[in-house]
Amino acid sequence: MNSSNRLWLILFIIGAVLVAGRMIMSSNGMGKAYVQAVPVNPDAENEDHKWTIYEQASLTDYNKSVLADPNQTEYLFSMSRTLGVWFAALMTIFVLSFLIRDNPFYKFAEAVFVGISAAYWMVVGFWSTVVPNLIGKISPDLVRNWALPGLGQDEHSELLYLIPLALGLMLLWRLSPKGGWISRWPMAFIIGVFCGLRLITFIHADFLSQIRNGIVPLWVEDSTGAFSFWLSLRSVFLIVGVLSCLVYFFFSFEHKGIVGKTAKLGIWFMMITFGAAFGYTVMGRIALLAIRLEFLFDDWLWLIDPTDKRVEAVVSMLGLF
Amino acid sequence: MLDFLKNLDRRWIFLLMLLSVAIPILLQAQFPETPSELSQVVFEELEKLEEGDKILLAFDFDPASEGELGPMATAFVRHCCEKKLKMYFMALWPVGEQMIVDNINRVIKADFPHLVYGTDYMNLGFKAGNEGVIKVVITDMRQLYTTDADGTAIDQIEMMQGVDNIKAMDLMINISAGYPGTKEWVQYAVTRYPDKIRLVAGCTGVQAPLLYPYIPQQLPGLLAAIKGAAEYEKLVMDKYGERNAEGEIIEPGKYFEGRRRMGPQLVAHVLMVLLIVAGNIIFIADRRREKRQ
Amino acid sequence: MKRNIPLLIAMIAGFVMIVAYFIPYTETWGDTVIVWFDILAAIAFVLGGGNLLKVHLKKASDQVPGWGYSVVTIIAFVVMLGVGLGKIGVNPAAKYPEFAWSGSYREVGAPFWWLYEYVFKPLQATIFAMLAFYVASAAFRAFRAKNFEAILLLATAFIILLGRTAAGPALTSWFPDSIEGLEADKLTEYLMTVFNTAGNRAIMIGIALGTASVSLKILLGVERSYLGSGEE
Repeated sequence: MNSSNRLWLILFIIGAVLVAGRMIMSSNGMGKAYVQAVPVNPDAENEDHKWTIYEQASLTDYNKSVLADPNQTEYLFSMSRTLGVWFAALMTIFVLSFLIRDNPFYKFAEAVFVGISAAYWMVVGFWSTVVPNLIGKISPDLVRNWALPGLGQDEHSELLYLIPLALGLMLLWRLSPKGGWISRWPMAFIIGVFCGLRLITFIHADFLSQIRNGIVPLWVEDSTGAFSFWLSLRSVFLIVGVLSCLVYFFFSFEHKGIVGKTAKLGIWFMMITFGAAFGYTVMGRIALLAIRLEFLFDDWLWLIDPTDKRVEAVVSMLGLF
Repeated sequence: MLDFLKNLDRRWIFLLMLLSVAIPILLQAQFPETPSELSQVVFEELEKLEEGDKILLAFDFDPASEGELGPMATAFVRHCCEKKLKMYFMALWPVGEQMIVDNINRVIKADFPHLVYGTDYMNLGFKAGNEGVIKVVITDMRQLYTTDADGTAIDQIEMMQGVDNIKAMDLMINISAGYPGTKEWVQYAVTRYPDKIRLVAGCTGVQAPLLYPYIPQQLPGLLAAIKGAAEYEKLVMDKYGERNAEGEIIEPGKYFEGRRRMGPQLVAHVLMVLLIVAGNIIFIADRRREKRQ
Repeated sequence: MKRNIPLLIAMIAGFVMIVAYFIPYTETWGDTVIVWFDILAAIAFVLGGGNLLKVHLKKASDQVPGWGYSVVTIIAFVVMLGVGLGKIGVNPAAKYPEFAWSGSYREVGAPFWWLYEYVFKPLQATIFAMLAFYVASAAFRAFRAKNFEAILLLATAFIILLGRTAAGPALTSWFPDSIEGLEADKLTEYLMTVFNTAGNRAIMIGIALGTASVSLKILLGVERSYLGSGEE
């Protein structure tokens, strides 16, 4: 056994021992999921029109219900969702294992993610847009009798939508090894629309509006009407900052003399801007890590319970409920 | 020693980061929050609205940024419920629809069960097209939305009567994780109809600095990253407490998610500062040694 | 025909959008074009999925190194797609029990939801969470105060990092009233609303001009690289 395999084996054993220890030490166990059975259309005459859906529930809900009626069937332990919690925890650990070094567990998790996410977007795109906005426009009766019975009766077939259908099929031609030029038509359409949209919008919102937002009085008075040095200085900084950064972007002039000094000032402003961006980026990344660790500690290991999902379990265990 | 630190295995840094986030979570450390002016503005924008006013909530994020944006979404939905506003949910991100459903279950169905779908809130769901969707909903929603997310015809939904486009909304909230998101809503909706569409937003830390040039003319208020969420949670909790609009006790833990997350945030930020300082001390010491040699 | 028609399509589509912006009468033209665009955006998801499948099928059939992971990707893709498009395990909508396909594809409890909740969600969230570790490592190794510009960047990052948590106010709340503006939280706000706004506004203006000029070049057919270089 080489050193790499030994390291993984040791880590695996430590992890397994810790999880097993946690399971044994906890009187309620860990990583279990509960559901609430909700009957749908319970009063329907046709038996086929009745079924049960299972909403997410907590151990608190389950324990409360069992204490009230030990034979209750509304709240149930869910094996499939318990397996889900464990699988999710495993996937989280697989991804985190990349921090030690690249390994087959991480590669497996990555491969699963790539496949699942591409299919997820495809499914969502199909049911949310292709069905109601394309098939539903070309043949509303078909969609009404199939997936969207609630589609309005005033929806009539609009043959104009055969154009996006044709463009869509041409776009998918890109997957074919031959006739690549066919997909250029829909690509050109997408790019044309995009450029048309962006040309106007960027000029309006990010150019003209920014110039307008940047025009501020340099002599600023406070609420009492007296001259405010600090507010005025703020305005001066804002205007000088924008202008000096713009001078830096101007490459038609050589950055020498007064232009060079102004450009230098622009660089300083931008360094502060990048520093702020770095600070905020760090902030965001840490929050993303926090939610994953919360999942492991709360939903899986049951080490913390910030949302009181298991509080009644403890109380009932002590015989206080 | 210097050589050891200079060539320190990065896995030690990873371990430090893991501990700095994990320990405060396990200890459930919480710190006081003082709302910033921008968070206060967002809160006031919602407070100004009257019962029955229409509000559009665009959830443009996914699980990748739920750590930052989830608490904002929860706090916004609760605030809207407390104010008895009519909530219209929509998403430009494919997974955004799932985020909407999660929040409807977490907040509305759990703590405001008296609110009725179709009368008090509705879910328009996701549509593909990014800014293309914004372009349509500012003029004629029905061109894209023939049904809601659950397949009910738009015209059969009570709260859609008289709503042709989002100009009918009294306020709009966008929770944004990137493209498409707040920038696109500002560009394509607010800038086009500045007198008719009013937007406040909550966004990720990465986006926040980029959105400041829009403040306040094109974007009056912004909740920036998890800190913004924590501040907003405090404002909502201070005002509405632990009971819902009907006086029933709600489960408060889920409305403190952002504030709880500020514990690990603080420790990790201090660690980051220390790492930068340590890195520079090593750098300076190394340079001096090189000069001496 | 293979190159000129796409150029014409791009030009017409783009100019319809521009005209629709300025002339209210033509706004509906713009809406129609945009709705088609939105539909194509949804079809692009299918293209993306198809492309992924194609690439990984080729890798698997050629048995390139690591082809086993391609098989995993294909299986994950096909299973997710099957349960999603087939609405496997989804009950009909409560209002329309007679229509078997009327339920929501993301119904809680159905296999598609299970795969989202317990596979997609943890994987996506954890992959992004990894960035916290890399940013820490980068801070230790790469952030060097080599010159004045780097010091400015680092100082700003310090102030923001401390000012956006309770640490900043706790460390600086003892400042006397005369310099209370230098307290970490107030300084953070000042940096963001003045210096950051100025810097980002200039960048925004630059990007806007760049975007507009590239868009115009594409619409006028000056920039054609999106058509590819060859005839095929």
